[in-house]
Amino acid sequence: MKVSAVITLKKDVLDPQGKVIHQTLDGMGFKDVNEIRQGKYFEIDVKENDPHKAKEIVEEMCKKLLANLVIENYKIIETQ
Amino acid sequence: MKSSVITFPGSNCDRDMDVALSKFGFKNKMVWHDDNELPKSDLVVLPGGFSYGDYLRCGSMASKSKIMQSVINFAKSGGLVMGICNGFQILVETGLVPGVLLRNKYLEFICKNVYVKVVNKQNPYFKNLDKDILELHIAHNEGNYFCTDDQLKEINENNQIAIYYCDEKGHTEEQHNPNGSLKNIAGIFNKEKNVLGMMPHPERMIDQSLSGEDGSIFFKNLINNLK
Repeated sequence: MKVSAVITLKKDVLDPQGKVIHQTLDGMGFKDVNEIRQGKYFEIDVKENDPHKAKEIVEEMCKKLLANLVIENYKIIETQ
Repeated sequence: MKSSVITFPGSNCDRDMDVALSKFGFKNKMVWHDDNELPKSDLVVLPGGFSYGDYLRCGSMASKSKIMQSVINFAKSGGLVMGICNGFQILVETGLVPGVLLRNKYLEFICKNVYVKVVNKQNPYFKNLDKDILELHIAHNEGNYFCTDDQLKEINENNQIAIYYCDEKGHTEEQHNPNGSLKNIAGIFNKEKNVLGMMPHPERMIDQSLSGEDGSIFFKNLINNLK
């Protein structure tokens, strides 16, 4: 079953890449942006077919490797 | 004195570290990341480089490699573990030292000499060092030290800051901060001070004709402290 996880930077963590992307978009004429924060997206195909268990497995992955909880939050956003 | 330098796939300062440690009297062994056991060591060094191509987050993959369990156990039993540059990034990913290293504030890879101020000499690394300011080399893309407010409080309470970026006179204002590090932090200890992570490379400053000698001062002092 496929499970996706989104890793985002916590609110107080500086995101220089997001800032530069924001500035570039602004220069291209996209003037309606308040802020951009860059994150990571993982599509994980796990062998588990039970959605609840599959999510739990991915949550463990997020805690132990995919996210660094000092600076990042994770969200498991969809299961198929 | 025996030392071990761990080589990860993508380490590139491991041999420089070997040269430096050997030059100042350590009997050094190179240890492969996929080994299970550390050889008997008085000092373990995680060298600089780009382990696992900096995939996911710098140091994150290396921190989970086989040898690291042995390194973590060694550190927890009081053994000296020093992480330089990528080695520092690996140390924060293991949780042996607090905080993280973010992308440099101005998104530039920085490669230059800097000055650092040694602020804590109550530890085996800097005890008896007769200089307070060292000129060392940095070369990194992710050296912007960051930690949570709670971690910073604990770091201050336990005197865990090892070195600050500064100018040649030791001033630690923001303009002497190359990468945006919180409070100009260039290196940090664990609570017990047997684990040291720092971005600057002392092993690149061991030859007057090539660079400078402040790395020599550091290594000579370190081995004397361990004798």
